[in-house]
Amino acid sequence: MNRYPLWKYLVIVVALIVSALYTLPNFYGETPAVQISSTRQSMPVDTAVMERVEGALKAHQITPDGVYLDGGSLKVRFKDTDVQIKARDVIEQALGDNYIIALNLLSASPQWLTKIHANPMFLGLDLRGGVHFLLEVDMKAALDKTMERYAGDIRRELKDKKIRYGTIRRDGETLTVQLRDQETLAAAEKAIVRTLPGLNLKADDANYTLKLALKPEEITRIESDAVKQNITTLHNRVNELGVAEPVIQQAGPNRIVVQLPGVQDTAKAKDILGRTATLQVRLVEDDPGKVNEAMAGSVPMGYELLDEMTPRGPTKILVKKDVELTGDNINDAQPGFDENGAPAVHIGLDSTGAGIFRQVTAENIGRRMAMILVEKGKAEVVTAPVIRSEIGGGRVQISGSMNPAEANDTALLLRAGSLAAPMQIIEERTVGPSLGKENIQKGFNSTLWGFAAIAVFMLVYYHVFGLISVLSLGVNVLMLVALLSMLQATLTLPGIAAIALTLGMAIDANVLINERVREELRNGMPPQSAIQAGYQHAWATILDSNVTTMIAGLALLIFGSGPVRGFAVVHCLGILTSMFSAVLVSRGFVNLWYGRRRRLSSISVGQIWKPEQEAK
Amino acid sequence: MELFRIKRDIPFMSYGKLTTTISLVTFILAVFFLFSKGLNLSVEFTGGTVMEVQYTQSANLADVRGRVDRLKLGEAQVQSLGTSRDVLIRLPVKKDVSAAQLSNQVLTALKAGDTQVELRKVEFVGPSVGAELVENGLIALTVVCLGIIAYLALRFEWRFAVSAIIANMHDVVIILGCFALFQWEFSLTVLAGVLAVLGYSVNESVVVFDRIRENFRKPGMKHMTTAEVIDHAITSTISRTMITHGSTEAMVLSMLLFGGAALHGFAMALTIGIVFGIYSSVLVASPLALALGIKREHMIKPPKQKQEAVV
Repeated sequence: MNRYPLWKYLVIVVALIVSALYTLPNFYGETPAVQISSTRQSMPVDTAVMERVEGALKAHQITPDGVYLDGGSLKVRFKDTDVQIKARDVIEQALGDNYIIALNLLSASPQWLTKIHANPMFLGLDLRGGVHFLLEVDMKAALDKTMERYAGDIRRELKDKKIRYGTIRRDGETLTVQLRDQETLAAAEKAIVRTLPGLNLKADDANYTLKLALKPEEITRIESDAVKQNITTLHNRVNELGVAEPVIQQAGPNRIVVQLPGVQDTAKAKDILGRTATLQVRLVEDDPGKVNEAMAGSVPMGYELLDEMTPRGPTKILVKKDVELTGDNINDAQPGFDENGAPAVHIGLDSTGAGIFRQVTAENIGRRMAMILVEKGKAEVVTAPVIRSEIGGGRVQISGSMNPAEANDTALLLRAGSLAAPMQIIEERTVGPSLGKENIQKGFNSTLWGFAAIAVFMLVYYHVFGLISVLSLGVNVLMLVALLSMLQATLTLPGIAAIALTLGMAIDANVLINERVREELRNGMPPQSAIQAGYQHAWATILDSNVTTMIAGLALLIFGSGPVRGFAVVHCLGILTSMFSAVLVSRGFVNLWYGRRRRLSSISVGQIWKPEQEAK
Repeated sequence: MELFRIKRDIPFMSYGKLTTTISLVTFILAVFFLFSKGLNLSVEFTGGTVMEVQYTQSANLADVRGRVDRLKLGEAQVQSLGTSRDVLIRLPVKKDVSAAQLSNQVLTALKAGDTQVELRKVEFVGPSVGAELVENGLIALTVVCLGIIAYLALRFEWRFAVSAIIANMHDVVIILGCFALFQWEFSLTVLAGVLAVLGYSVNESVVVFDRIRENFRKPGMKHMTTAEVIDHAITSTISRTMITHGSTEAMVLSMLLFGGAALHGFAMALTIGIVFGIYSSVLVASPLALALGIKREHMIKPPKQKQEAVV
């Protein structure tokens, strides 16, 4: 009667094998590696880069343990951290500034495990050390900036259409345009509706005014664009830090999460993230005499020799020190195409910027103009196009000699020079690497000792049934770790606490079963039926109690944040695995041990004391 | 080996008055401490900055305090954390200084005194985030309570559901009372622990209720009063109650002993919660159900009268 059909055993065996396989990578540890990636689409990391890296390492007599391309990045493994750091310096020299070269730790698990997507658990920042920031984008500033830009656009549009207007006033979220009469009012309304579809118009016929406000969908678009642009900017800055696996993502409508695992110098990280890059427009000096002089080492007064980033590597360029325009006057930069279909970058300037730009371009036709990104005192020329004609109206187009990928990169860099809206750090968690290691150790120790205490007690108290309970508890740990590794859920310290707690609670199911079996025996039932009845009666209770625990777990998962969520994920998964292991797996063990015996006279669930006998 | 050799049913229900009094007194005390002392909320809720630094030798707290005070960052707290080498620095929210700069400033000031000082941890939470977390925490608590009530009402009977949730809320209030009394730091992780306790100790009530229902249905117990049936149910599950809670408690104590500072609050909340969980589900939930007038009829639906009058 206590026999499982073959398929049930098979389910258990398969579950065990799969769990074991996916738990395995966690035991291999990690090897030091150098990871090479690129931010610019025009400079992909490919086999050519791989060959260059291999050549450079060979020249310095460094033999890597493995070199392979993975997605958009190249990973090179090394024996130890000394070689790793030496290799990084060599690779940096060989490749120059165009690539992100980061130290990383890669799982040392063998290839065949990686092939079946068996990877070690993903450790949270509190376990591996690193920085976590939550940034909030100031949406009001983003909207203000947009309204300012629209005011400029309207002015320009009305001038172009020769519509005479009085003033354009901005109060908060609305623009008020004062016009002369009914006729100009109608004309202005028509012009604005056509060119600026993002605005809601309300004409006041009595006062000849036009009230303009942003449409709700326009506000949503501006806000999401602002967040996106800030994310791009953050990406650029993070790249400079050489972090192997940065996480930069939107969290909620106006927030951005930045996670930099394994960052050693947290102060530097904060510095770089928090700083403001500026974009400057300056004139280029192409006079051969002055250029040669500068190249020889004596830069003329009022000039500066800067690097220009080209796909072929950096080249020197001589620019004036006078700044004509800054990123503050740039509203937007987008990749696109010019009228001939060639890749181009479109830049939108605000009204002040447009005015200055018209003047500068008018005076310098035929000369080159450099767009310079200044970050932390280091200036870099993003692009230096030739001025072909006077450019008015605030819409600038840079084209010629670039492919779509380069246009994309240039637009991105130009945008990086100006944050769409100011950002503020509203949450920070920094964990030093040594604390992370300690946290893992402590979390592991508490789980281990707790498990040991429970195991000893169960063995002493329930004998064979205790052993079976401990085994199924072990299976529970195995399955939980396997599940976490499979899902690549982030394991945090509260997550480890949840593993421990789940084990402490999971044993409840086995205690319930064992006590029930004892009770049935006490009531005089034969052993085989006692097992059957014990499991059957305990099941309803186990289900009920797990459901209530699950309700609490799910509520934590939904409403919790940060550490609470890390706890809840593991807790919920643990409840699921414990139901499987405590009921199905432990019954499997029991059936295997006792189920085959026809005449079973006693089972070992510890001493069973009967009150009747004692009374005599 | 059998730990609990109980010859006769223990008349738990006859202790009703006594246990209710004890519960009421502890509950009132807990509420009193909650209001008089208040919870020592962590930065996660209040907003502010907490830094942990480690020195290679014993830290000179007075020196650290002096250096931090000289930065004029408002009312800063400096205390040792666990060992004499670890120092905890707490700074209030400051309007015009960004958090990133704040901790950098402090670290630079400390480095000027001892270059060996290592930054172990920084936590900064803006005031708006703190308010949000409090709100989310309360929502989570409410949802857990409602969810459990709904499930128990569906599975058992509303009297059971209500008495279980009251018993367990009483646990939660007592945990919070302890945290208020001893001014232990109440962080998000502790909140997670408290909510986990809520889910967990309801288990206990479920096990007892399950037994009560089973006993009501047993024909051999028809002559017994409701109180006797409940006594029997508790007595026959007490062994399991003690053993399970003992196991969980062992796990939690292991966390308290080996888990270090980071898990301390969490483990503490659970340690208290589990002890009171046993007490409340046995000696609070069941008497409450009895007081709410639970009867055999509530558990056993009368068989539907199938034989209708034959016309």
